[in-house]
Amino acid sequence: MSPGLPSTHGAGCVPQRRQILLAGLALAGGVTARPASATPEAMAQAVAAFTSGATVRQGRVKIDIAPLVENGNAVPVTVSVDGPSGDAAQVVGLAMFNERNPQPEVFRVRLGARAGRAEFSTRIRLATTQRLVAVAQWADGSFWSESVDVIVTLAACIEEEGHG
Amino acid sequence: MARALIQVPASARRGEMIAVRTLIGHPMETGYRPDANGVLLPQDIIRRFSCHYNGELVFSAELSPAIAANPYLAFHVQAGTSGPLVFTWEGDRGFTHTETTNLSVVG
Repeated sequence: MSPGLPSTHGAGCVPQRRQILLAGLALAGGVTARPASATPEAMAQAVAAFTSGATVRQGRVKIDIAPLVENGNAVPVTVSVDGPSGDAAQVVGLAMFNERNPQPEVFRVRLGARAGRAEFSTRIRLATTQRLVAVAQWADGSFWSESVDVIVTLAACIEEEGHG
Repeated sequence: MARALIQVPASARRGEMIAVRTLIGHPMETGYRPDANGVLLPQDIIRRFSCHYNGELVFSAELSPAIAANPYLAFHVQAGTSGPLVFTWEGDRGFTHTETTNLSVVG
């Protein structure tokens, strides 16, 4: 990390105590509390929002991420599209979703005509061991997706302000 | 003022895919993290990134709190004619940062 940049320690989840309190609140008063983490259902909804409900087929998308992550605070990930570059030029969007962070969205990317290669790399936070889904949108309106299971040994929620 | 690093080749051949790598200093505060007193720190993240090449939008990204601090974004641009690459980051609390580099295309 370059000097002068802020610390990378940023937690991505709600502490356990709050989770329990919210759960207790929901039980006691019949209050619908917002879930402390996204759920597979919430992720499915987020995917559907991205695709506007279109059918998503499996394959053609590649997720490059370490299967065993030691530090969930900054996990390098690359999403790309399989096949010849002629195919890739037809890709207009890439998105990634997760199951167990507080929010199901990770990123959405739009590729212009001059982007050329459908490939995007970044560093993400993972609150816990979970499944990630990447979805690619082709210019003809079709969607393809791939999912990957990632084991996180140090979650992005252990360190608090002042301890990191 | 945020510090941003951008890496692009100094020159490229026409039609070549060039790798663009960007890094910007930003805490990407999630809004889910308590401070030392147990009070949640307000969310403060970069929401949107875009890259224009010769005035044409070639790449844009919507970011979420799941993006790590000091966002690193890497993508490709197909070289056409020489011209500026303009990078813009926009986020919470009126955060905005713009960087410009020139790409010279030979051949």
